[in-house]
Amino acid sequence: KNRQLPLLSSANLVFLVEMAAQEVASQPSDTLTTLKTESETLKTKLEEERAKLHDVELHQVAEKIEALGQFVMKTRRTLKGHGNKVLCMDWCKDKRRIVSSSQDGKVIVWDAFTTNKEHAVTMPCTWVMACAYAPSGCAVACGGLDNKCSVYPLSLDKNENLAAKKKSVAMHTNYLSACCFTNSDMQILTSSGDGTCALWDVESGQMLQSFHGHAADVLCLDLAPSETGNTFVSGGCDKKACVWDMRTGQCIQSFETHESDINSVRYYPSGDAFASGSDDATCRLYDLRADREVAIYSKESIIFGTSSVDFSLSGRLLFGGYNDYTINVWDVLKGTRVSILFGHENRVSTLRVSPDGTAFCSGSWDHTLRVSGQKYLRLSGVVMKVSHLFCLSPDLGLNVDWNSDVSLFSPQLDSRITRRL
Amino acid sequence: MAQPSSCAQSSNGVADESPNMLVYRKMEDIIARMQDEKNGIPIRTVKSFLSKIPSVFSGSDIVQWMQKNLNIEDQVEALHLGTLMAAHGYFFPISDHVLTLKEDGTFYRFQTPYFWPSNCWEPENTDYAVYLCKRTMQNKARLELADYEAESLARLQRAFARKWEFIFMQAEAQAKVDKKRDKIERKILDSQERAFWDVHRPVPGCVNTTEADIKKSSRMKQPHKTRKIQHCQEQLDRHRLKMSKVAESLLSFAEQYLEYDPFFTTPEPSNPWISDDVTSWELEACKEAGQQRVKRWAFCFDEVMKDPVGREQFLKFLESEFSSENLRFWLAVQELKKRPIREVPTRVQEIWEEFLAPGAPSAINVDSRSYDKTTQNIKDPGRYAFQDAQEHIYKLMKSDSYSRFIRSSAYQELLQAKKKKSKNLF
Repeated sequence: KNRQLPLLSSANLVFLVEMAAQEVASQPSDTLTTLKTESETLKTKLEEERAKLHDVELHQVAEKIEALGQFVMKTRRTLKGHGNKVLCMDWCKDKRRIVSSSQDGKVIVWDAFTTNKEHAVTMPCTWVMACAYAPSGCAVACGGLDNKCSVYPLSLDKNENLAAKKKSVAMHTNYLSACCFTNSDMQILTSSGDGTCALWDVESGQMLQSFHGHAADVLCLDLAPSETGNTFVSGGCDKKACVWDMRTGQCIQSFETHESDINSVRYYPSGDAFASGSDDATCRLYDLRADREVAIYSKESIIFGTSSVDFSLSGRLLFGGYNDYTINVWDVLKGTRVSILFGHENRVSTLRVSPDGTAFCSGSWDHTLRVSGQKYLRLSGVVMKVSHLFCLSPDLGLNVDWNSDVSLFSPQLDSRITRRL
Repeated sequence: MAQPSSCAQSSNGVADESPNMLVYRKMEDIIARMQDEKNGIPIRTVKSFLSKIPSVFSGSDIVQWMQKNLNIEDQVEALHLGTLMAAHGYFFPISDHVLTLKEDGTFYRFQTPYFWPSNCWEPENTDYAVYLCKRTMQNKARLELADYEAESLARLQRAFARKWEFIFMQAEAQAKVDKKRDKIERKILDSQERAFWDVHRPVPGCVNTTEADIKKSSRMKQPHKTRKIQHCQEQLDRHRLKMSKVAESLLSFAEQYLEYDPFFTTPEPSNPWISDDVTSWELEACKEAGQQRVKRWAFCFDEVMKDPVGREQFLKFLESEFSSENLRFWLAVQELKKRPIREVPTRVQEIWEEFLAPGAPSAINVDSRSYDKTTQNIKDPGRYAFQDAQEHIYKLMKSDSYSRFIRSSAYQELLQAKKKKSKNLF
């Protein structure tokens, strides 16, 4: 696929001129034209530079690895309790608890494993668009149309009124679209409809760093997974995804290939790339080292926007929650779809894979959250069905879990032989 | 009749292409193809008892067309997309208020473009009242109000009690106009009008597809100005990798971690969500690391540093080499960055005293440039005071101590220790 030079839309042209006007204060109009041309030329040059190293497509290189075959996903838990659209959710590091927020103003902490509700807070402003679990598991953060991000310490005492201990941390001038604790309970990163992101000190509420560069609402963000990393990526209504240096506040890299709002961004587990989901009905993979978009995940029959994306632990699978009520699962390397999960009765608004990758949770406008995972594996068209429990040699164990999971243990045999079984 | 509201226009006169509009246009493209004379869905008039049913096609016609023309392999997928298009009102079942697609002989009709959702309809309750009222004036069995419609009408009559006369008059006027129309035309228009209201006032329990995402409704009207020229210039000089190299790297990462990915390899002893057994979570939390976990530390330095048990083992190893101050410094600086801002100045001083000050008890070796910078930084202590020193130490540990750790007997022992049965799902 040859890369097309991005065409400047009329909206872009308008603000190139406005920006040029700002940069040139009171200079004559022919300088404005020069600046406009300079900006366009630079943009073209940048795309040319990026294209020079584009010697092959990702899916071409991936032809040498085996195809995945179809996956079948199954919902394992359904969490009911919200009275309106679920807007956001996050996993606790303990791999079983989650926090979810809804348009009914409620923020609920669940033990998703047992489906029990453990805590519930009613926010003063009903549209709670963002929520996050603290790394310690002892607090949650949330916010939305109130333009704020507040932190609630979770008490072991069920009778204690959580709202009383609420701490207001972040203040924006438009809605809070996403929030995320950094590697500690003491700092929160937020993104807002006011076009900025910011890093806050939880204890004092002080803003430690602000990030300016998006031309419109910022809708999502994700922290880089590295221990040494000091970067995060954000996506916005300006169709741009930006990578930021948390220390300096600078935008290190930016990517603008989507055709509409970017609703979700998520780093590839190695930290070298990230995926984005957009209202243009595609998911895309951007590599930071190649400095370009390296894959598009789309289908003619998928016309509704992607609201949220996340990777499986190895990065081989990309899960996308869509506005057509489905979850599509993509083979990241080959670019093909390997599964489609129906079940939600309205838009999927949020989706996260659990911290150990054993399942994924989706929240929807149908008021529910669902924890789903694999049902069984098909190897390139051969369906594994277990009809008998049989014994082979003592070295081979064939274990059948009648709850629809089939596992094969074979320590002595290598994988090739196992597959032939 | 309800009037379409004008779509939001931004200041320079360009129509605001809201995300919903994108989807509407895509659905409308599909509709246009469905209505194509040559390759579209065959529309026909069906004879039924004494009357004719004009301008219809069947559910299975739609599904077959979609599978053939939209590259959809699976029938379930075609039904799902078709149901969504019906739910948005682009075509509708002629005998049902519930807008779904069934793959059988049920008849469907196309909606007229006048009623398309892309016209940004936001019909008022008064419009709905007029419509329901008009329906009661038409004595046709097929136009009788459904239960939920009758309830709505009753509710609206109470709400608009004072202006009901006005509503009644409008309904009468519309009914009069309708009567003058040709019978076939009336049938079609009535059904289309009903389908319009099925979208905007759906049957209780059905999804209201006109609901908007609150974030999109609250978006900024005026875009920010950004520093495009400067940003582009900075990005031009960046060092980039060739795509072939990048692709290989992505492939090898995925391959290496496939055995840790529960979607490919069952966790030991089981996936808790499937087996209802939390043993694997309990194992993960305990201090003893199994072979699979230990193996990961050899993948890259970051893996050792990410895992608390890995860090512990690495620290032990460094202590045996009498070079643990490097790791302790690195950990202390990480910890510093996690503290509340109030505690930072004190902590910075403590770290300086312990690791860098002249005569420090755990003196670390940093290059002179980093040392000078750090000396400057601590005068105005912030969370990143030790950034340069920390990066230098990290590189040192990575290139030097880490490779020795992986080759060390201590690590090799851990690797051999517990030979668990390895499970591989194909």
